[in-house]
Amino acid sequence: MFAKQLSVFIENRQGRLCEVLGVLKENNINILSLSLADTTEYGLLRLIVNNPSYAKEKLTESGFSTMLTDVFVIKIEHKAGSLQQLLDKLSDAGINVEYMYGLSIDGEKAYVVLKASDGELAKAVFKKENVITLTSEEISKI
Amino acid sequence: MIWNPNKECMSRDEMTALQSARLVKLVDYVYHNVEFYRNKMQNLGLLPGDIKSVEDITKLPFTTKDDLRDNYPFGLFAVPKTQIVRVHASSGTTGKATVVGYTRRDLSIWSECVARCLTMAGVTKEDIIQVAYGYGLFTGGLGAHGGAEEIGAMVVPMSTGNSKKLTTMMIDFGVTAIACTPSYLLHISELLTEEGSLDKLKLRTAVCGAEPWTDKMRKEIETRLNITAHDIYGLSEVMGPGVACDCSYHKGLHVCEDHFYPEIINSATMTPSKAGETGELVFTTLTKEGLPLIRYRTKDLTSIDYSVCQCGRTSARISKFKGRVDDMLIIRGVNVFPSQVEAALVDVKEVTPHYMMIVDRVNNLDTLEIQVEINNEYFTDEIKGLEKLTQKISHVINQALGLNAKIKIVEPQTLVRSEGKAVHVIDKRKLY
Repeated sequence: MFAKQLSVFIENRQGRLCEVLGVLKENNINILSLSLADTTEYGLLRLIVNNPSYAKEKLTESGFSTMLTDVFVIKIEHKAGSLQQLLDKLSDAGINVEYMYGLSIDGEKAYVVLKASDGELAKAVFKKENVITLTSEEISKI
Repeated sequence: MIWNPNKECMSRDEMTALQSARLVKLVDYVYHNVEFYRNKMQNLGLLPGDIKSVEDITKLPFTTKDDLRDNYPFGLFAVPKTQIVRVHASSGTTGKATVVGYTRRDLSIWSECVARCLTMAGVTKEDIIQVAYGYGLFTGGLGAHGGAEEIGAMVVPMSTGNSKKLTTMMIDFGVTAIACTPSYLLHISELLTEEGSLDKLKLRTAVCGAEPWTDKMRKEIETRLNITAHDIYGLSEVMGPGVACDCSYHKGLHVCEDHFYPEIINSATMTPSKAGETGELVFTTLTKEGLPLIRYRTKDLTSIDYSVCQCGRTSARISKFKGRVDDMLIIRGVNVFPSQVEAALVDVKEVTPHYMMIVDRVNNLDTLEIQVEINNEYFTDEIKGLEKLTQKISHVINQALGLNAKIKIVEPQTLVRSEGKAVHVIDKRKLY
Protein backbone atom coordinates (compact mmCIF):
# COMPACT_ATOMS: atom_id res chain seq x y z
CA MET A 1 0.00 0.00 0.00
CA PHE A 2 2.91 2.34 0.74
CA ALA A 3 5.26 3.72 -1.85
CA LYS A 4 8.87 4.61 -1.13
CA GLN A 5 9.79 8.24 -1.38
CA LEU A 6 13.44 9.19 -1.61
CA SER A 7 14.45 12.30 0.35
CA VAL A 8 17.74 14.12 -0.10
CA PHE A 9 19.20 16.85 2.11
CA ILE A 10 20.66 19.68 0.05
CA GLU A 11 22.50 22.75 1.30
CA ASN A 12 21.50 25.99 -0.35
CA ARG A 13 24.60 26.11 -2.50
CA GLN A 14 24.82 26.79 -6.17
CA GLY A 15 24.70 23.66 -8.29
CA ARG A 16 23.84 21.23 -5.52
CA LEU A 17 20.44 20.29 -6.97
CA CYS A 18 22.09 19.73 -10.34
CA GLU A 19 24.59 17.36 -8.75
CA VAL A 20 21.76 15.24 -7.32
CA LEU A 21 20.05 15.15 -10.68
CA GLY A 22 23.37 14.28 -12.32
CA VAL A 23 23.81 11.19 -10.12
CA LEU A 24 20.26 10.08 -10.99
CA LYS A 25 20.87 10.59 -14.69
CA GLU A 26 24.15 8.65 -14.69
CA ASN A 27 22.39 5.71 -13.11
CA ASN A 28 19.44 5.92 -15.42
CA ILE A 29 16.94 6.68 -12.69
CA ASN A 30 13.74 8.31 -13.85
CA ILE A 31 11.97 10.91 -11.72
CA LEU A 32 8.19 10.61 -11.66
CA SER A 33 7.57 13.47 -9.30
CA LEU A 34 9.45 15.76 -7.03
CA SER A 35 8.93 18.42 -4.44
CA LEU A 36 11.51 20.76 -3.02
CA ALA A 37 10.90 22.13 0.44
CA ASP A 38 13.22 24.99 1.25
CA THR A 39 14.35 26.95 4.28
CA THR A 40 16.91 29.75 4.31
CA GLU A 41 19.71 27.30 4.98
CA TYR A 42 18.89 24.08 3.24
CA GLY A 43 16.37 22.27 1.12
CA LEU A 44 14.76 18.86 1.26
CA LEU A 45 14.30 17.25 -2.08
CA ARG A 46 11.57 14.61 -2.06
CA LEU A 47 11.45 12.31 -5.04
CA ILE A 48 9.29 9.56 -6.45
CA VAL A 49 11.59 7.58 -8.73
CA ASN A 50 11.34 4.32 -10.62
CA ASN A 51 13.95 2.57 -8.48
CA PRO A 52 14.10 4.18 -5.04
CA SER A 53 16.46 1.76 -3.22
CA TYR A 54 18.99 1.84 -6.02
CA ALA A 55 18.75 5.64 -6.23
CA LYS A 56 19.32 5.91 -2.48
CA GLU A 57 22.37 3.67 -2.70
CA LYS A 58 23.88 5.74 -5.49
CA LEU A 59 23.22 9.09 -3.84
CA THR A 60 24.59 7.89 -0.49
CA GLU A 61 27.74 6.74 -2.30
CA SER A 62 28.05 10.27 -3.65
CA GLY A 63 27.96 11.66 -0.11
CA PHE A 64 24.37 12.83 0.22
CA SER A 65 22.18 12.42 3.30
CA THR A 66 19.23 10.42 2.03
CA MET A 67 16.38 8.40 3.39
CA LEU A 68 13.43 6.37 2.20
CA THR A 69 10.06 7.25 3.63
CA ASP A 70 6.75 5.45 3.39
CA VAL A 71 4.25 7.69 1.66
CA PHE A 72 0.95 7.15 -0.08
CA VAL A 73 0.56 7.68 -3.78
CA ILE A 74 -3.16 8.00 -4.14
CA LYS A 75 -5.23 7.81 -7.27
CA ILE A 76 -8.08 10.29 -7.29
CA GLU A 77 -10.62 11.57 -9.79
CA HIS A 78 -9.31 14.47 -11.83
CA LYS A 79 -12.17 16.75 -10.92
CA ALA A 80 -13.08 19.52 -8.50
CA GLY A 81 -13.55 18.46 -4.90
CA SER A 82 -11.99 15.01 -5.09
CA LEU A 83 -8.91 15.92 -3.09
CA GLN A 84 -11.01 17.67 -0.50
CA GLN A 85 -13.14 14.56 -0.14
CA LEU A 86 -10.06 12.44 0.45
CA LEU A 87 -8.62 14.78 3.05
CA ASP A 88 -11.94 14.92 4.84
CA LYS A 89 -11.69 11.20 5.48
CA LEU A 90 -8.21 11.59 6.97
CA SER A 91 -9.27 14.53 9.04
CA ASP A 92 -12.25 12.60 10.42
CA ALA A 93 -9.89 9.83 11.49
CA GLY A 94 -7.65 12.36 13.24
CA ILE A 95 -4.79 12.02 10.78
CA ASN A 96 -2.65 14.99 9.75
CA VAL A 97 -1.00 15.52 6.39
CA GLU A 98 2.70 16.09 6.98
CA TYR A 99 3.25 17.18 3.40
CA MET A 100 1.76 16.55 -0.01
CA TYR A 101 2.51 17.12 -3.68
CA GLY A 102 1.14 16.11 -7.07
CA LEU A 103 2.26 13.34 -9.38
CA SER A 104 1.57 13.24 -13.10
CA ILE A 105 -1.91 13.26 -14.53
CA ASP A 106 -3.17 10.12 -16.19
CA GLY A 107 -6.19 10.99 -18.36
CA GLU A 108 -9.22 11.08 -16.11
CA LYS A 109 -7.14 10.39 -13.01
CA ALA A 110 -4.68 12.37 -10.95
CA TYR A 111 -2.22 11.24 -8.32
CA VAL A 112 -1.18 12.93 -5.12
CA VAL A 113 1.76 11.98 -2.94
CA LEU A 114 0.92 12.29 0.70
CA LYS A 115 2.75 11.70 3.98
CA ALA A 116 0.33 10.94 6.81
CA SER A 117 1.05 11.63 10.46
CA ASP A 118 -0.10 8.09 11.22
CA GLY A 119 0.64 5.78 8.30
CA GLU A 120 -0.97 2.61 9.68
CA LEU A 121 -4.16 4.40 10.61
CA ALA A 122 -4.29 6.07 7.20
CA LYS A 123 -3.83 2.66 5.58
CA ALA A 124 -6.89 1.36 7.42
CA VAL A 125 -8.91 4.40 6.41
CA PHE A 126 -7.96 3.99 2.74
CA LYS A 127 -8.82 0.29 2.79
CA LYS A 128 -12.18 0.95 4.31
CA GLU A 129 -12.97 3.75 1.87
CA ASN A 130 -11.66 1.84 -1.16
CA VAL A 131 -9.14 4.53 -1.97
CA ILE A 132 -6.68 3.38 -4.63
CA THR A 133 -3.04 3.71 -3.61
CA LEU A 134 -0.02 2.71 -5.65
CA THR A 135 3.09 0.85 -4.57
CA SER A 136 6.57 1.65 -5.83
CA GLU A 137 6.37 -1.22 -8.35
CA GLU A 138 3.08 0.04 -9.72
CA ILE A 139 4.43 3.59 -9.94
CA SER A 140 7.42 2.48 -11.95
CA LYS A 141 5.05 1.14 -14.56
CA ILE A 142 3.17 4.44 -15.03
CA MET B 1 43.50 63.59 37.11
CA ILE B 2 45.24 60.71 38.83
CA TRP B 3 43.23 58.73 41.38
CA ASN B 4 46.12 57.53 43.54
CA PRO B 5 49.31 59.46 42.69
CA ASN B 6 51.15 57.80 45.60
CA LYS B 7 50.95 54.45 43.88
CA GLU B 8 50.53 55.39 40.23
CA CYS B 9 53.48 57.79 40.14
CA MET B 10 55.97 55.98 42.40
CA SER B 11 59.58 55.89 41.25
CA ARG B 12 60.54 52.57 39.67
CA ASP B 13 62.81 51.76 42.61
CA GLU B 14 60.07 52.36 45.14
CA MET B 15 57.65 50.28 43.07
CA THR B 16 60.09 47.37 42.84
CA ALA B 17 60.70 47.55 46.59
CA LEU B 18 56.95 47.54 47.27
CA GLN B 19 56.34 44.66 44.84
CA SER B 20 59.20 42.68 46.38
CA ALA B 21 57.91 43.12 49.90
CA ARG B 22 54.43 42.09 48.80
CA LEU B 23 55.68 39.11 46.82
CA VAL B 24 57.65 37.78 49.80
CA LYS B 25 54.51 38.04 51.90
CA LEU B 26 52.36 36.46 49.19
CA VAL B 27 54.63 33.45 48.75
CA ASP B 28 54.62 32.82 52.47
CA TYR B 29 50.82 33.23 52.46
CA VAL B 30 50.09 30.76 49.64
CA TYR B 31 52.64 28.25 50.97
CA HIS B 32 50.77 28.08 54.24
CA ASN B 33 47.22 28.43 52.94
CA VAL B 34 46.98 26.78 49.51
CA GLU B 35 47.89 23.11 49.32
CA PHE B 36 48.26 23.33 45.53
CA TYR B 37 51.07 25.90 45.81
CA ARG B 38 52.70 24.21 48.78
CA ASN B 39 52.91 20.97 46.78
CA LYS B 40 54.21 22.75 43.69
CA MET B 41 56.89 24.57 45.67
CA GLN B 42 57.90 21.44 47.54
CA ASN B 43 58.23 19.58 44.26
CA LEU B 44 60.59 22.30 43.08
CA GLY B 45 62.46 22.20 46.39
CA LEU B 46 61.41 25.77 47.12
CA LEU B 47 60.80 27.27 50.53
CA PRO B 48 59.04 30.61 51.05
CA GLY B 49 62.32 32.09 52.29
CA ASP B 50 63.94 31.45 48.90
CA ILE B 51 61.93 34.30 47.39
CA LYS B 52 63.51 37.53 48.53
CA SER B 53 62.50 39.98 45.80
CA VAL B 54 60.66 40.17 42.48
CA GLU B 55 63.90 39.08 40.81
CA ASP B 56 63.33 35.65 42.33
CA ILE B 57 59.88 35.33 40.78
CA THR B 58 61.19 33.18 37.91
CA LYS B 59 61.91 30.45 40.46
CA LEU B 60 58.19 30.15 41.12
CA PRO B 61 55.86 27.81 39.23
CA PHE B 62 53.23 28.99 36.77
CA THR B 63 49.47 28.72 37.24
CA THR B 64 47.08 28.03 34.35
CA LYS B 65 43.35 28.00 33.75
CA ASP B 66 43.55 24.20 33.81
CA ASP B 67 44.84 24.36 37.38
CA LEU B 68 41.70 26.30 38.31
CA ARG B 69 39.58 23.69 36.56
CA ASP B 70 41.36 20.81 38.29
CA ASN B 71 40.67 22.43 41.63
CA TYR B 72 37.07 23.37 40.82
CA PRO B 73 35.29 25.04 42.44
CA PHE B 74 37.08 26.39 45.54
CA GLY B 75 40.29 24.32 45.71
CA LEU B 76 42.67 27.24 45.20
CA PHE B 77 40.99 29.60 47.67
CA ALA B 78 43.38 30.65 50.41
CA VAL B 79 40.76 31.49 53.01
CA PRO B 80 37.86 29.58 54.56
CA LYS B 81 34.57 30.02 52.69
CA THR B 82 33.24 32.15 55.56
CA GLN B 83 35.66 34.91 54.56
CA ILE B 84 34.61 34.89 50.91
CA VAL B 85 31.93 37.52 50.31
CA ARG B 86 31.45 37.04 46.58
CA VAL B 87 32.21 34.67 43.74
CA HIS B 88 32.27 35.25 40.01
CA ALA B 89 32.72 32.72 37.24
CA SER B 90 33.99 32.70 33.67
CA SER B 91 34.18 30.12 30.90
CA GLY B 92 36.37 27.13 31.50
CA THR B 93 37.99 25.30 28.61
CA THR B 94 35.41 22.52 28.88
CA GLY B 95 32.17 22.03 30.76
CA LYS B 96 33.15 23.44 34.14
CA ALA B 97 33.33 27.17 34.79
CA THR B 98 36.35 28.90 36.27
CA VAL B 99 35.29 30.12 39.71
CA VAL B 100 36.93 33.04 41.49
CA GLY B 101 36.34 34.25 45.05
CA TYR B 102 36.83 37.58 46.78
CA THR B 103 37.21 38.62 50.40
CA ARG B 104 35.84 41.98 51.52
CA ARG B 105 39.34 43.45 51.22
CA ASP B 106 39.71 42.00 47.69
CA LEU B 107 36.54 43.79 46.64
CA SER B 108 37.77 47.04 48.10
CA ILE B 109 41.11 46.75 46.23
CA TRP B 110 39.22 45.85 43.05
CA SER B 111 37.11 49.02 43.36
CA GLU B 112 40.30 51.03 43.94
CA CYS B 113 41.84 49.63 40.75
CA VAL B 114 38.72 50.29 38.68
CA ALA B 115 38.57 53.81 40.16
CA ARG B 116 42.12 54.43 38.93
CA CYS B 117 41.13 53.22 35.46
CA LEU B 118 37.95 55.29 35.28
CA THR B 119 39.95 58.31 36.39
CA MET B 120 42.39 57.69 33.51
CA ALA B 121 39.36 57.96 31.27
CA GLY B 122 38.45 61.26 32.89
CA VAL B 123 35.52 60.01 34.96
CA THR B 124 34.92 62.02 38.18
CA LYS B 125 32.23 62.20 40.84
CA GLU B 126 30.48 64.77 38.66
CA ASP B 127 29.73 62.12 36.04
CA ILE B 128 26.66 60.02 35.36
CA ILE B 129 27.91 56.65 34.17
CA GLN B 130 25.99 53.80 32.57
CA VAL B 131 27.50 50.41 33.24
CA ALA B 132 26.42 48.29 30.30
CA TYR B 133 28.39 45.14 31.00
CA GLY B 134 26.44 42.11 32.13
CA TYR B 135 25.77 42.01 35.87
CA GLY B 136 26.01 38.55 37.32
CA LEU B 137 28.65 35.86 37.29
CA PHE B 138 30.59 37.86 34.70
CA THR B 139 32.98 40.29 36.44
CA GLY B 140 32.32 43.16 34.02
CA GLY B 141 29.12 44.61 35.45
CA LEU B 142 29.75 44.48 39.18
CA GLY B 143 33.46 45.22 38.72
CA ALA B 144 32.93 48.46 36.81
CA HIS B 145 30.05 49.31 39.12
CA GLY B 146 32.23 49.08 42.24
CA GLY B 147 34.87 51.39 40.78
CA ALA B 148 32.34 53.96 39.62
CA GLU B 149 30.77 54.05 43.09
CA GLU B 150 34.24 54.35 44.63
CA ILE B 151 34.75 57.51 42.59
CA GLY B 152 31.33 58.75 43.66
CA ALA B 153 29.87 59.06 40.18
CA MET B 154 26.13 58.53 39.68
CA VAL B 155 25.95 54.94 38.51
CA VAL B 156 23.20 53.66 36.21
CA PRO B 157 23.45 49.85 36.33
CA MET B 158 22.07 49.13 32.84
CA SER B 159 23.55 45.66 32.43
CA THR B 160 23.02 44.27 28.92
CA GLY B 161 20.07 43.36 26.77
CA ASN B 162 18.00 46.49 26.27
CA SER B 163 19.67 48.92 23.89
CA LYS B 164 16.55 51.03 23.39
CA LYS B 165 16.22 51.69 27.12
CA LEU B 166 19.94 52.44 27.24
CA THR B 167 19.81 55.14 24.56
CA THR B 168 16.63 56.65 26.01
CA MET B 169 18.15 56.93 29.49
CA MET B 170 21.44 58.10 28.02
CA ILE B 171 19.65 61.13 26.58
CA ASP B 172 17.04 61.66 29.34
CA PHE B 173 19.53 61.39 32.23
CA GLY B 174 22.27 63.33 30.46
CA VAL B 175 24.68 60.41 30.80
CA THR B 176 28.30 61.56 30.47
CA ALA B 177 30.23 58.27 30.67
CA ILE B 178 29.67 54.66 29.72
CA ALA B 179 31.37 51.33 30.43
CA CYS B 180 30.67 48.56 27.91
CA THR B 181 32.33 46.49 25.20
CA PRO B 182 33.68 48.55 22.29
CA SER B 183 31.61 46.69 19.69
CA TYR B 184 28.46 47.36 21.71
CA LEU B 185 29.32 51.06 21.91
CA LEU B 186 29.61 51.19 18.12
CA HIS B 187 26.23 49.53 17.93
CA ILE B 188 24.84 52.13 20.35
CA SER B 189 26.30 54.93 18.21
CA GLU B 190 24.35 53.55 15.25
CA LEU B 191 21.14 53.47 17.26
CA LEU B 192 21.68 57.05 18.39
CA THR B 193 22.28 58.10 14.79
CA GLU B 194 19.10 56.34 13.66
CA GLU B 195 17.11 57.98 16.46
CA GLY B 196 18.55 61.34 15.48
CA SER B 197 19.55 62.01 19.09
CA LEU B 198 23.30 62.55 18.62
CA ASP B 199 22.96 66.31 19.09
CA LYS B 200 21.30 65.82 22.49
CA LEU B 201 24.10 63.54 23.65
CA LYS B 202 26.03 64.59 26.79
CA LEU B 203 28.38 61.60 26.64
CA ARG B 204 32.06 62.55 26.78
CA THR B 205 34.00 59.43 27.69
CA ALA B 206 33.82 55.65 27.44
CA VAL B 207 35.67 52.86 29.18
CA CYS B 208 35.57 49.85 26.90
CA GLY B 209 36.86 46.38 27.51
CA ALA B 210 36.15 42.65 27.76
CA GLU B 211 37.23 42.13 24.15
CA PRO B 212 40.22 43.09 22.03
CA TRP B 213 39.89 46.13 19.78
CA THR B 214 42.15 48.16 17.57
CA ASP B 215 43.22 51.81 17.64
CA LYS B 216 41.31 52.25 14.42
CA MET B 217 38.13 51.13 16.13
CA ARG B 218 38.81 53.52 19.01
CA LYS B 219 39.14 56.44 16.62
CA GLU B 220 35.93 55.44 14.89
CA ILE B 221 34.05 55.41 18.21
CA GLU B 222 35.60 58.74 19.21
CA THR B 223 34.67 60.41 15.92
CA ARG B 224 31.15 59.03 15.70
CA LEU B 225 30.19 60.04 19.23
CA ASN B 226 32.59 62.95 19.71
CA ILE B 227 33.96 61.42 22.93
CA THR B 228 37.21 59.92 24.18
CA ALA B 229 37.35 56.14 24.48
CA HIS B 230 39.65 54.14 26.73
CA ASP B 231 40.69 50.51 26.79
CA ILE B 232 40.22 48.77 30.14
CA TYR B 233 41.68 45.32 30.64
CA GLY B 234 41.26 42.59 33.14
CA LEU B 235 40.46 38.96 33.61
CA SER B 236 38.42 37.35 36.30
CA GLU B 237 41.17 34.99 37.45
CA VAL B 238 43.40 37.96 38.27
CA MET B 239 40.57 40.22 39.50
CA GLY B 240 38.25 41.39 36.74
CA PRO B 241 38.23 44.66 34.81
CA GLY B 242 40.61 47.21 36.28
CA VAL B 243 43.90 45.36 35.99
CA ALA B 244 45.03 47.95 33.42
CA CYS B 245 43.67 50.88 31.39
CA ASP B 246 44.98 53.46 28.94
CA CYS B 247 45.20 57.16 29.75
CA SER B 248 44.41 60.04 27.41
CA TYR B 249 47.75 59.52 25.59
CA HIS B 250 46.75 56.00 24.51
CA LYS B 251 50.33 54.74 24.64
CA GLY B 252 49.58 51.38 26.19
CA LEU B 253 47.55 50.33 29.23
CA HIS B 254 48.81 51.31 32.70
CA VAL B 255 48.91 48.25 34.93
CA CYS B 256 47.89 48.55 38.60
CA GLU B 257 51.32 47.19 39.31
CA ASP B 258 51.29 47.45 43.07
CA HIS B 259 48.54 44.79 43.01
CA PHE B 260 49.28 42.80 39.87
CA TYR B 261 52.87 42.04 39.00
CA PRO B 262 53.24 41.64 35.22
CA GLU B 263 55.81 39.55 33.35
CA ILE B 264 56.19 38.71 29.68
CA ILE B 265 57.31 35.20 28.84
CA ASN B 266 58.09 33.22 25.75
CA SER B 267 55.36 30.57 25.85
CA ALA B 268 57.46 28.07 23.95
CA THR B 269 60.46 28.13 26.26
CA MET B 270 58.61 29.43 29.34
CA THR B 271 61.45 31.86 29.95
CA PRO B 272 61.21 35.64 30.46
CA SER B 273 61.15 37.65 27.24
CA LYS B 274 63.65 40.47 26.70
CA ALA B 275 62.57 44.01 27.59
CA GLY B 276 60.05 45.32 25.08
CA GLU B 277 59.66 41.96 23.35
CA THR B 278 56.20 40.57 22.64
CA GLY B 279 55.20 37.46 24.53
CA GLU B 280 52.61 36.00 26.84
CA LEU B 281 51.42 38.18 29.68
CA VAL B 282 51.72 36.59 33.14
CA PHE B 283 50.34 38.07 36.36
CA THR B 284 51.05 37.48 40.01
CA THR B 285 48.39 38.91 42.31
CA LEU B 286 50.39 40.68 44.99
CA THR B 287 47.64 41.53 47.45
CA LYS B 288 44.73 39.17 46.83
CA GLU B 289 43.45 37.15 49.78
CA GLY B 290 40.63 35.01 48.40
CA LEU B 291 42.23 33.56 45.30
CA PRO B 292 45.91 34.56 45.19
CA LEU B 293 47.61 33.44 41.98
CA ILE B 294 51.30 32.99 41.33
CA ARG B 295 52.44 33.63 37.76
CA TYR B 296 49.05 33.13 36.15
CA ARG B 297 49.35 32.66 32.39
CA THR B 298 46.81 34.95 30.71
CA LYS B 299 47.53 33.57 27.19
CA ASP B 300 47.29 37.15 25.93
CA LEU B 301 50.15 38.37 23.76
CA THR B 302 51.59 41.81 24.48
CA SER B 303 54.77 43.67 25.45
CA ILE B 304 55.63 45.93 28.40
CA ASP B 305 56.96 49.48 28.37
CA TYR B 306 58.45 50.76 31.67
CA SER B 307 59.18 54.33 30.57
CA VAL B 308 57.39 57.23 32.27
CA CYS B 309 54.19 58.17 30.46
CA GLN B 310 53.42 61.72 29.35
CA CYS B 311 50.48 61.65 31.78
CA GLY B 312 52.93 61.46 34.67
CA ARG B 313 52.21 57.88 35.69
CA THR B 314 55.23 55.67 36.15
CA SER B 315 53.35 52.38 36.06
CA ALA B 316 54.27 49.74 33.50
CA ARG B 317 52.24 49.90 30.31
CA ILE B 318 51.19 46.89 28.30
CA SER B 319 50.68 47.41 24.58
CA LYS B 320 47.37 46.73 22.89
CA PHE B 321 46.98 42.98 22.58
CA LYS B 322 48.49 41.23 19.61
CA GLY B 323 46.63 37.96 19.83
CA ARG B 324 46.24 34.87 21.96
CA VAL B 325 48.50 31.94 22.71
CA ASP B 326 45.55 29.54 22.81
CA ASP B 327 42.39 29.28 20.72
CA MET B 328 40.13 31.25 23.04
CA LEU B 329 37.68 33.56 21.29
CA ILE B 330 35.92 36.54 22.78
CA ILE B 331 32.44 36.80 21.35
CA ARG B 332 30.20 39.61 22.55
CA GLY B 333 32.50 39.91 25.54
CA VAL B 334 32.09 36.24 26.43
CA ASN B 335 35.14 33.98 26.50
CA VAL B 336 34.58 30.95 24.29
CA PHE B 337 36.80 27.91 23.78
CA PRO B 338 36.16 25.66 20.77
CA SER B 339 36.61 22.73 23.16
CA GLN B 340 33.41 23.82 24.93
CA VAL B 341 31.49 23.46 21.68
CA GLU B 342 33.08 20.08 21.08
CA ALA B 343 32.15 18.87 24.56
CA ALA B 344 28.56 20.09 24.14
CA LEU B 345 28.09 18.43 20.75
CA VAL B 346 29.27 15.05 22.01
CA ASP B 347 25.97 14.79 23.87
CA VAL B 348 23.89 15.37 20.75
CA LYS B 349 23.63 11.98 19.07
CA GLU B 350 21.95 13.35 15.95
CA VAL B 351 25.12 15.09 14.77
CA THR B 352 28.68 13.97 14.06
CA PRO B 353 31.50 15.32 16.28
CA HIS B 354 32.74 17.52 13.43
CA TYR B 355 31.93 21.22 13.63
CA MET B 356 33.00 24.60 12.36
CA MET B 357 32.56 27.90 14.18
CA ILE B 358 32.21 31.00 12.05
CA VAL B 359 32.63 34.26 13.92
CA ASP B 360 31.85 37.54 12.25
CA ARG B 361 30.84 41.06 13.10
CA VAL B 362 27.63 42.33 11.52
CA ASN B 363 26.54 45.91 12.30
CA ASN B 364 29.22 45.95 15.00
CA LEU B 365 27.74 43.00 16.83
CA ASP B 366 29.51 39.69 16.97
CA THR B 367 27.78 36.74 15.37
CA LEU B 368 28.51 33.08 15.87
CA GLU B 369 27.42 30.37 13.49
CA ILE B 370 28.11 26.75 14.26
CA GLN B 371 27.99 24.32 11.38
CA VAL B 372 27.25 20.72 12.19
CA GLU B 373 26.89 17.59 10.13
CA ILE B 374 23.84 15.50 10.66
CA ASN B 375 24.41 11.88 11.60
CA ASN B 376 22.95 9.83 8.73
CA GLU B 377 21.15 7.51 11.11
CA TYR B 378 19.13 10.39 12.47
CA PHE B 379 18.41 12.15 9.22
CA THR B 380 14.78 13.11 8.87
CA ASP B 381 13.04 14.31 5.76
CA GLU B 382 10.72 16.59 7.65
CA ILE B 383 11.61 20.23 8.00
CA LYS B 384 10.02 20.43 11.42
CA GLY B 385 12.24 17.56 12.51
CA LEU B 386 15.35 19.37 11.30
CA GLU B 387 14.19 22.59 12.88
CA LYS B 388 13.60 20.82 16.16
CA LEU B 389 17.13 19.48 15.92
CA THR B 390 18.68 22.91 15.31
CA GLN B 391 16.70 24.25 18.25
CA LYS B 392 17.95 21.43 20.44
CA ILE B 393 21.57 22.07 19.44
CA SER B 394 21.10 25.79 19.87
CA HIS B 395 19.86 25.18 23.42
CA VAL B 396 22.76 22.87 24.26
CA ILE B 397 25.25 25.44 22.91
CA ASN B 398 23.57 28.26 24.79
CA GLN B 399 23.81 26.26 28.02
CA ALA B 400 27.49 25.54 27.39
CA LEU B 401 28.66 28.96 26.19
CA GLY B 402 26.12 31.36 27.66
CA LEU B 403 25.79 32.72 24.15
CA ASN B 404 23.27 32.36 21.35
CA ALA B 405 24.62 30.75 18.23
CA LYS B 406 23.04 30.20 14.88
CA ILE B 407 23.11 26.51 14.09
CA LYS B 408 23.51 25.48 10.49
CA ILE B 409 23.14 21.89 9.40
CA VAL B 410 25.45 21.05 6.52
CA GLU B 411 25.75 18.02 4.26
CA PRO B 412 27.72 15.01 5.49
CA GLN B 413 31.48 14.94 4.96
CA THR B 414 31.68 18.65 4.20
CA LEU B 415 33.38 19.78 7.40
CA VAL B 416 37.15 19.51 7.74
CA ARG B 417 38.31 16.27 9.38
CA SER B 418 40.98 16.41 12.08
CA GLU B 419 44.35 15.61 10.70
CA GLY B 420 46.54 16.62 13.55
CA LYS B 421 45.25 20.00 14.67
CA ALA B 422 41.95 20.62 12.92
CA VAL B 423 40.78 24.11 12.21
CA HIS B 424 37.45 24.56 13.95
CA VAL B 425 37.20 28.32 13.79
CA ILE B 426 36.94 30.92 11.06
CA ASP B 427 37.12 34.36 12.63
CA LYS B 428 36.33 37.02 10.07
CA ARG B 429 36.66 39.92 12.51
CA LYS B 430 39.75 42.13 12.54
CA LEU B 431 40.49 42.38 16.23
CA TYR B 432 44.26 42.70 16.48
